Amino acid sequence: MDYHIFREFADSWFLIFMFVFFLAVVAWVFRPGSRKTYEDTSEIPFRHEDKPANASEAGESRSPKD
Amino acid sequence: MWDYIKLIALGLVAVLAAIAAGYARDLAYQVNAVEVMLAAAIAFIWVLRTMGSRQPVAQNEYFDGVVRAGVIATTFWGVVGFLVAVIIAFQLAYPALNFEWAQGYLNFGKLRPLHTSAVIFAFGGNALIASSFYVVQRTSAARLFGGNSLGWFVFWGYNLFIVLAATGYILGATQSKEYAEPEWYVDIWLTIVWVAYLLAFLGTIFKRKEPHIYVANWFYLSFIVTIAMLHIVNNLSIPVSFFGSKSVQVFSGVQDAMTQWWYGHNAVGFFLTAGFLGMMYYFVPKQAERPVYSYKLSIVHFWALIFLYIWAGPHHLHYTALPDWASTLGMTFSVILWMPSWGGMINGLMTLSGAWDKLRTDPIIRMMVVSVGFYGMSTFEGPMMSIKAVNSLSHYTDWTIGHVHSGALGWNGMITFGMLYFLVPRLWAREGLYSLKLVSWHFWLSTIGIVLYAASMWVAGIMQGLMWREVDSQGFLVNAFADTVAAMHPMFVVRGLGGVLYLTGGIIMAYNLWMTVARQPRVESRSVAAVPAE
Repeated sequence: MDYHIFREFADSWFLIFMFVFFLAVVAWVFRPGSRKTYEDTSEIPFRHEDKPANASEAGESRSPKD
Repeated sequence: MWDYIKLIALGLVAVLAAIAAGYARDLAYQVNAVEVMLAAAIAFIWVLRTMGSRQPVAQNEYFDGVVRAGVIATTFWGVVGFLVAVIIAFQLAYPALNFEWAQGYLNFGKLRPLHTSAVIFAFGGNALIASSFYVVQRTSAARLFGGNSLGWFVFWGYNLFIVLAATGYILGATQSKEYAEPEWYVDIWLTIVWVAYLLAFLGTIFKRKEPHIYVANWFYLSFIVTIAMLHIVNNLSIPVSFFGSKSVQVFSGVQDAMTQWWYGHNAVGFFLTAGFLGMMYYFVPKQAERPVYSYKLSIVHFWALIFLYIWAGPHHLHYTALPDWASTLGMTFSVILWMPSWGGMINGLMTLSGAWDKLRTDPIIRMMVVSVGFYGMSTFEGPMMSIKAVNSLSHYTDWTIGHVHSGALGWNGMITFGMLYFLVPRLWAREGLYSLKLVSWHFWLSTIGIVLYAASMWVAGIMQGLMWREVDSQGFLVNAFADTVAAMHPMFVVRGLGGVLYLTGGIIMAYNLWMTVARQPRVESRSVAAVPAE
């Protein structure tokens, strides 16, 4: 792999790949139904502050504690 | 069985270090070898004495011992780093403070890397490791991966790295790369510690009980992975001897310079930004008691930030031997980087929407908000300074120093202080902090300190840049370098005073945290009350 092949790959295909990846991430973030998921995810810091979740209550851990 | 392997390994390390100390070709290497020998011997004795009597790991509790140690180390190294900072600030203002008797050991050139490493790697690094261990456990609802030994290995290993690096600098072991000064054997040791850190962090994420990985962990993980990559590539060097500290870089010339600033700027981008953003995304919502303003924005923020930051390094090498296209690329990406940075800042600030009244009553949230404010300010200033036309004035002047410190003191320092004030009562199960009034004192002292620092360096830097480029009617330069130094003296003094205020704030914080643990009443079984017994 000499420098030129590397360089050409980097500033063509890989550049396109990264750009498309980024656009796909943005599109994915705004997918329908994402609001509900992210509302739940953003509540993560407010559960399990004192103790790890046990295997038995794993299902319950999804409901946000208020 | 496992303990016997540990004993054999530690014994071997101690003996090999002793041999290396004997054969050492220079003082720095010899002292470092003795330090390694002592560390291995102490660890050996500890393993031997606690064999068979150690408590089994309690999987239904978080591993907070290592976080507590990290909090203490952060506070200690913070005060040490600020103290060295004040000393070197006054050494610049009053060169007589480079004492004759300490020549070659405690003059500015030796103490400056000690200061930068103490504040970035010792203070910032311990803050990142401690907070990441705290956050990843809480947001994964799982105990830290690797039992107790992996976490402790990361903590003690990292702090051994700091001690090795610091004593090495004073005694002359340096590879002269900014922020990557430690020599080859210290670099290898940090690599080992860092792999253990990655293992502990990633292992905890793998065994998480939450279905999603909280955004703070994304930032922490990108910090750990990228620092590993940067550290290895920028420290590719061949030691002259196995028994000496000197090594020779594999790259040379402009390639070496580019690698160094690719490393240097991404140390800012991933150590001082991504890692601390992880802190922001956990501690600001916790202290404000409301979830982050927009979780969608936080994801876009993450991906935009990591894709752009990695390209910004060449802006450190405008108008050098670096090809023009590379330096233009660095400038362009630096300017685009302004957007994700401000996206993150807005996300942090708007988390307080509907709770702005807390700013009046809660000095900790005030600290965090000012921190995010300084993040916004320095991430505007940075892209502006990376533009070639601006850089031709600002480069090599004290404007750069002012910029770095508004980011480091304002953003990294203040968010770390907020994090420490948040954590200490919780980690030691105390009823709140010893004194909120002292937190307010700390807040104002550091804020005024930063303002003095940044303002004096703006004036000093722009003046210096203008004096350097001033030519007379014949086209000759008007000022000698020493003229600019003399003209900057008043600003140097103001900068030193700003540092004194910041250091005083740090000492007040250390006192406040100490008194919180020593004097505040204990909260009885906070951990049991929240969850029904099983």
